Parts: sequence; structure tokens; C-alpha cells
Amino acid sequence: MMEIKDILKPENLVYGKSKVLTDTIMHYCPGCTHGVIHKILAELIEEMGIQEKAVGVAPVGCAVFAYNYIDVDWQEAAHGRAPALATGIVRLNPDKFVFTYQGDGDLASIGAGEIIHACNRGENILVIFINNGIYGMTGGQMAPTTLENMVTSTTPFGRDVEMNGYPLKMTDLVAQLPGTSYVTRQSAQTPAAVRKCKRALKKGIQNVLDKKGTSFIEVVSTCNSGWKMTPVQANKWMEDHMFPYYPLGDMKDCEKEKPVEKN
Amino acid sequence: MGELRLMKGNEVLAEAAIRCGCDGYFGYPITPQSEVMETLMERQPWNETGMVVLQAESEVAAINMVYGAAGTGKKVMTSSSSPGVSLMLEGISYIAGAELPCLIVNVQRGGPGLGTIQPSQADYFQAVKGGGHGDYKLIVLAPSSVQEMNDFVDLAFELAFKYRNPAMILTDGALGQMMEKVELSDYKKRWTENEIAEKWGSWATTGKPSSRNRNIITSLELDSCKMEMNNRRFQEKYRQMEVEEQRYEMFSCDDAEYILIAFGTSARVCQKATEIARNKGIAVGLLRPITLFPFPAKIIGELAPKVKGFLTVEMNAGQMVEDVKQAVYEAGCTRRVEFYGRMGGIIPSPGEVVEAIERNFL
Amino acid sequence: MTEEMIIAGFGGQGVLSMGKIIAYSGIMDNKEVAWFPSYGPEMRGGTANVTVIVSDERISSPVLHQYDSAIILNQQSLDKFEKDVKPGGTLLYDPHGIVHPPSRKDINIYRVLGTKTAVEMENPKVFNMIVLGSFLKIKPILSLENVKKGLEKSLPVRYHKLIPLNLTAMEKGQEIVEAMQTV
Repeated sequence: MMEIKDILKPENLVYGKSKVLTDTIMHYCPGCTHGVIHKILAELIEEMGIQEKAVGVAPVGCAVFAYNYIDVDWQEAAHGRAPALATGIVRLNPDKFVFTYQGDGDLASIGAGEIIHACNRGENILVIFINNGIYGMTGGQMAPTTLENMVTSTTPFGRDVEMNGYPLKMTDLVAQLPGTSYVTRQSAQTPAAVRKCKRALKKGIQNVLDKKGTSFIEVVSTCNSGWKMTPVQANKWMEDHMFPYYPLGDMKDCEKEKPVEKN
Repeated sequence: MGELRLMKGNEVLAEAAIRCGCDGYFGYPITPQSEVMETLMERQPWNETGMVVLQAESEVAAINMVYGAAGTGKKVMTSSSSPGVSLMLEGISYIAGAELPCLIVNVQRGGPGLGTIQPSQADYFQAVKGGGHGDYKLIVLAPSSVQEMNDFVDLAFELAFKYRNPAMILTDGALGQMMEKVELSDYKKRWTENEIAEKWGSWATTGKPSSRNRNIITSLELDSCKMEMNNRRFQEKYRQMEVEEQRYEMFSCDDAEYILIAFGTSARVCQKATEIARNKGIAVGLLRPITLFPFPAKIIGELAPKVKGFLTVEMNAGQMVEDVKQAVYEAGCTRRVEFYGRMGGIIPSPGEVVEAIERNFL
Repeated sequence: MTEEMIIAGFGGQGVLSMGKIIAYSGIMDNKEVAWFPSYGPEMRGGTANVTVIVSDERISSPVLHQYDSAIILNQQSLDKFEKDVKPGGTLLYDPHGIVHPPSRKDINIYRVLGTKTAVEMENPKVFNMIVLGSFLKIKPILSLENVKKGLEKSLPVRYHKLIPLNLTAMEKGQEIVEAMQTV
């Protein structure tokens, strides 16, 4: 029988967490993909050697404590205002890698104005948009991205589009704006999806380093707590219901276009 | 002696920002302060000093751009007028909570609501009592001439960085639109990233080198005990400002029996009223608060036992008068504190002020 | 010396710029100056007015309700500001479009056919300079030399070629001003 100290030898190490991920225990619910997305983002920051130039902007929502988990400089924004903070940071520090990490309530509802205008100006930032169709942090209320007939705590009989309007496709919207360079919709519920998502994030980061304008990466996600499902059920429900309305894939990739000029 | 020019107060704010080494301005148009951004855009300081100027999509966005840029340790500012500043209050509260230095200029107009575009001082409470949510204070400077619109930009940044606290220049449409002779300041170099770290400490989020822990700019602290400690620290800072930064100017107070107390445009009117009253044989003086927070309570306490009464003159329904009463009360005095004001964009005339002195005291 | 004055007329008559030239000329003369305009929608075609103070001493209130002098260029402004001229003060007006001329007995009243003269000079834009010339004739608070310097300072360089024309207009204004009543 092997002792634990024998197992913990360096030569037995087959996987380690990125040094850019802190040792803080994450507060996310089991089954949530925030942790996975944090992990791949931290890995990319390490792999691409940009820890010293990275400044993150955290939202209000479940990712409000993102700054506790990824070991870079962070600013905590007011609800929805992350793209405005990022604009202020990057305009005065054009050589930094500036990114926002926002949920659907933050980005698509209260911060709809800020994100549209930041994308329209082509601010040289990476936007990571976690869309799980619900307000997770405040306890499962309707988000602008909540699907039709979906039950939330403020739509207990399902989202009535006559009353609440239609689920908002932010990624489709910002893809129309000339300021964005790379706009894609990804997911992170399987190892394959995670790998694909990481490739998309890497491209987004590279675009920012190359000063190509705004890169916008939506990650369609689950909220098993808010959806009142097990993690497995939530993943299945996402594939069956979210993916048809929010189809995955690249929407825009102007890698070959010339950099966006600014004053 | 610097360069002499005839300029509008609003134009001077812009020129002073460029010359004092401001790194960035974010704003949104609103009367009567739009000349600030217009002047900056005309001047194109990004070619000259590297200062960035950006028209935001709203006042909400503008103040949050200021938050982001200030979080990187830069000298940044915004300007607006009353309704726009109301929109900014959320961001201002966050900036105060995250302890970021910056400058906000309010070129006040009459309210409430859309109100009027004419000058007013009705945002006094909003500026000095907090305005946004939570226990916070801004450093509030009240210029009363175009020259001070120039001088206070640099002073506001100096105080903002000294205390890591947002500062406000509280002025009004009259001073913004008025032209006077102004001696412009000499150019100061913009700070480099290293100079910022050296001078103010390395709290800025400019990317984490391996030599230090990551910096986090936030106002959030869910642990109530820690949040109370944060608040205690803020309050200590505000008390320190009260001890060290009370600023004011006095006219003819030495032998005065009655003292007018007024700031900004009203103080100019009261200066004329003082002259008129003196010609009539009434011994009137004027105390002009320059810092509205910290409020110059100490000098009011010192003057109180020597005079027969105070008349506070404001372009509002009576706001600063409460602080004057408090100062007199705290000095253990029972001197009368009266108020005269006009609202809705009306500037009181010197004659009205003299009449108010006569009506109240003689 | 302190001269507190109001200039009032229609937007587009050059009211604000006349005030600006006076203020700039005052600076050239080492005087303290204040220029306080009405602002807002009235700037865009309605009535416009500006208070100008030129003084040897620090200026207290930029906002006035009584004036040493008033330059009045339309009927609305005459109706509004005639009563605010200090007794013994001066009112200069252009009779063009004036139906009810000034009626006070305790002030000096002067008249200048500025609009008519500007049309005769085939340049309506010099109207305000004609009126300014008239004003400085009756109230020589600034030297013409300093007004010339003030013009150079207040006009963008690309308009400096127009300065001689403006000075000619001022001289014309000095010639044609008429005293209607002196007290």
C-alpha cells in the first residue's frame, strides 16, 4: 500500500493548476462552469506570459469575487459598468491587456448601454460574457437572456414574452458593430467544449495584444442552483434548450483586418 | 507671471487640466458646461501632453471610465452639470469606497429635475453630505472667480491624491459662462507610472509584477467587521481633512458687526453688498468658504462671539446655512444665523442682500 | 475707474463679441474685467445680452442690476433695461426698429444710426463696431490703440485681415453718434 507522501512526489505529477490561479477556495456552486472558465483564463495568462500586463474588471454577479481567484491586478466594477471601467483603463494604458468578465444580468441588462458603446468604439479589450439565462447571485431571477417559458423566481409561471419581451442575443448584436474584431459563442460543459473555448479565449487575448479592437466571447453556461436541477440535468437542459436559441460558433472573425486606430 | 488671457470659466477648466498634467478626461455634454469638453477637443491635448479625452455615451459611463482610469493611478477628471452629476453619484460612491483620487466638476444649474440651465447652488447638500449611498465625503472646492477655476484644478488633484479621495469643484453656470482675466498656470509634466508608484504608493492596477502581490481596486467587503474597519479608516481620513484643509477668505471682517457667509457666485455678489453696506455705515464683513468640505467651521466659531449675527446667502433654499448654524452651535454661541437665497437659476442682487441685512438685523 | 455696462440686442448683432472686444481691450489697458453673458436658447436668435465690467480694482459682483451705461440694440432690450440705468448714467441706442424711444429724463441718451450706416458701408457685420466706436466717443474708457490690441487678441489670426475694416467702422461710429439728451 502506497503512503500519501509517496504519491505526492513531483515525478508523479501529471496535472497541476496554473500558478496564476490563487489557492483561494472558490465559492461557486458544484456544477457551475465559472471555475472552469477561470481556470482556462488563468492558464492562458500564464502560457502567454501576460500576467504583468493584465488588468481584469470583475462584475456584480456570481463572478464578483473573480479577483480572489486569478492572480492579476483587478478592479471591481459597479453593476453593468465593467466596459466603462475597462475603457478608462485601456485608453490611458494602451499597452495593458484589459478584460472584463461579466454575466448576463450585468452585461445584457443593466450594462447593455456600456457594452454596446464599448464594442462600438472598438475598445481594445476582451469581454468574457457568461450567459446562463438567469440571475445566479441574487437567487434565480429572470435575466434578459432567460428563454421563453423558462421558470425563474420572478417568472414563476415561465417567461411570458408578451410581458417581458424576448431573450436577448447580445453576441449577435455586438457582431454587427464595426468595432468588434472577434465575436464567438462557446460552451464549457464537456472536455472537448472546454478545449474549444480555451482556443477561442486565446484568440481573443491575442487580438487584444495585437490591438485589433474588441473581442467578445460568450460562454453559454448553466446555473444548476438557479435552474433547480442537478449539474448533469442542467448540462442536458442547456444542450436541449439553450443551444438551439443560442447556437455555438464564431460569428465574426476579422483577424485579417487592420488594427483599429484610436486617438 | 504666467500668460494672461480673457477666458470663460469652462474653457479655463479645460486649459488648467491640460497644464497641470491631467492624464484623461471623460465627459458627456450638458449645458452650461459643454465648453469644457469642446475646449479639450479643440485643443487636442493628446498631441501635446498625451492627455486622453473621450466623449462617453452617458454620464454613468463617463464616471465609470474615470473610475477605471483612476484605478491605474492616473490623474483623471470629468465634468458635468447638476442632472448629469445626479447620474454620476453611483460611480462617485464606488470611487470614494475604493479610495481613488479623481476630480469631478459640477457646473451647477437650477433644479430639481431638468430644472433650468441658469446658475444655481442647489447641489450643496449633494456635494458635501455625500450624495451617493454610504458614509463618504468628497473634498469640495468652491471657486468664485475664473482665476480660481484655473487654480483649483491643480489643487483638487493635489488634495485628491494626498487623501486618495475623490475631489469636486462645485461651481455654477455663471462662473462657467463668465469671462474674466486669468493668469494661466505653467505646464507640469504628466506623471510616469514609476513616479506615481514612488509618490503615492503602489496601489494602482497597472499589471502585477512578480515583485508584489496583486492590487485589487474594490469597494466590496462582505465581512461586516472588516467593512466597519474600512469605514473607520475613511472617517479618520475625513477628520484629518477637517483638521488640515479648511480654507476660506475674509473681507472686512476685522471690525464687522454682521458677517455675510457665501461661496462661489453668491460670494461675489456679497462682496459688492459688503461695499454698499459699508457706504451706508453698516459694519458688514464677508466670510467666503473655499472648501465646502471640510467646512471652515473653525473660523466661524472664532468669529461668532465677536459679531452680532450672520447672514448666509446662497442660490438655493438654504443648505450651507445648516453648516453655519452647526458651527456657531459647536462654538457654544447663540448668535443669530439668518438666511437669504434665490432659487431656480436666479442670482440675488447686491441690493437684495443689503436689504436682507437691514430687514434681519437693523 | 469702474464702468459697469450692459449690451443688449438680438442674437447675431454681435452683442457678445462687442462685449468681448471691450473686455479684451480692458486687459490690454491693465484693467480688471468681467464679461457675463445671458446664455442658453436665447443665444440662438432670440435676445442676447452681456454685462461687461471694466475697473481699476478687483471686481466684486459680475452680476449687476444697475448699470453706468447701456448699449441697446432692439426694442425688447430697451423695454427691459432702460429702467436699470443709474440716474445720471448713459444710454446709447440704435433707432432701427425702435418704436418707443427711451423716455427717461434723468440719464444721458445718445443715438447712433448703426444699422443704416453698416448697410451704407455694404457690410452689415461691422454694425457692432460702429456702435462700439460711438460708445467709446461718449465714454472714452479705452484708447483706440488698446481696442486694436484687443481685436488682435480676441479674433483668430485668420480674421486679422479684417481689423482695418473694423477700425474704420469704429471711426465712422465716432463721427455719427448724436446726443439726444444730456443731464
